Amino acid sequence: MLTTVALIVLILMALSILVCTVRAILGPSMSDRLVALDTIGINLIGFTAILLLVQDTVAYTEVVLVLGILAFIGSVAIAKFIEGGVVLDRDRH
Amino acid sequence: MKNTPVQLHVITRIVAFIILAFSVFLFFAGHNNPGGGFIGGLMTAAALVLLYLSFDLKTIKRVIPFNYSKIIGAGLLIAILTGIVGMLFGFPFLTQFDEYYHIPLLGETHAASALPFDLGIYLVVVGFTLLVILTVAEDDS
Repeated sequence: MLTTVALIVLILMALSILVCTVRAILGPSMSDRLVALDTIGINLIGFTAILLLVQDTVAYTEVVLVLGILAFIGSVAIAKFIEGGVVLDRDRH
Repeated sequence: MKNTPVQLHVITRIVAFIILAFSVFLFFAGHNNPGGGFIGGLMTAAALVLLYLSFDLKTIKRVIPFNYSKIIGAGLLIAILTGIVGMLFGFPFLTQFDEYYHIPLLGETHAASALPFDLGIYLVVVGFTLLVILTVAEDDS
């Protein structure tokens, strides 16, 4: 029962990632791409967590954490680029 | 920058240390589980990049006054010396040794000569990643 539900959820999340990829490629503005990429990251975290449930293992727990950290830092970097046009400031006053 | 991103500063002060703790965990988890010097170094570099993103280059250079090219050299030296120590006892280059010790409070501890080698890789990865990112960021054109 749980495996069937998990499989359906995995398919839905894969579709969601596909839709987000289309938005990240087509996205008219940078903000659309940023939100799409961030959503792909969060979907990947959920996908990995459900895979962990299906396979009944804890082997991928680090993957979840690493994906979360990388998605966060990537989103912050792109957001800062959109706002100020520069990612790393040399000297801020 | 006209305005200071206060939310980003507050979050960075907390999250950077969580990521650093996680990188230490990944560094020591290696050898038998997912983890090791490479991914631990990458996570440390991610935490430092988050600091550089949130604050500016000048402030962080005052906080972390390391020369990253020297860190790469030190890491390579540690990794190569770990391999040469085995040669001194008549084993091939990079032979690895491991022992199980019983330490009070920590219990059974696995001491492997892969750990100093991993430390070398860790330093090389941290130094290289930050050197590349900062060199790109300091480009004038």
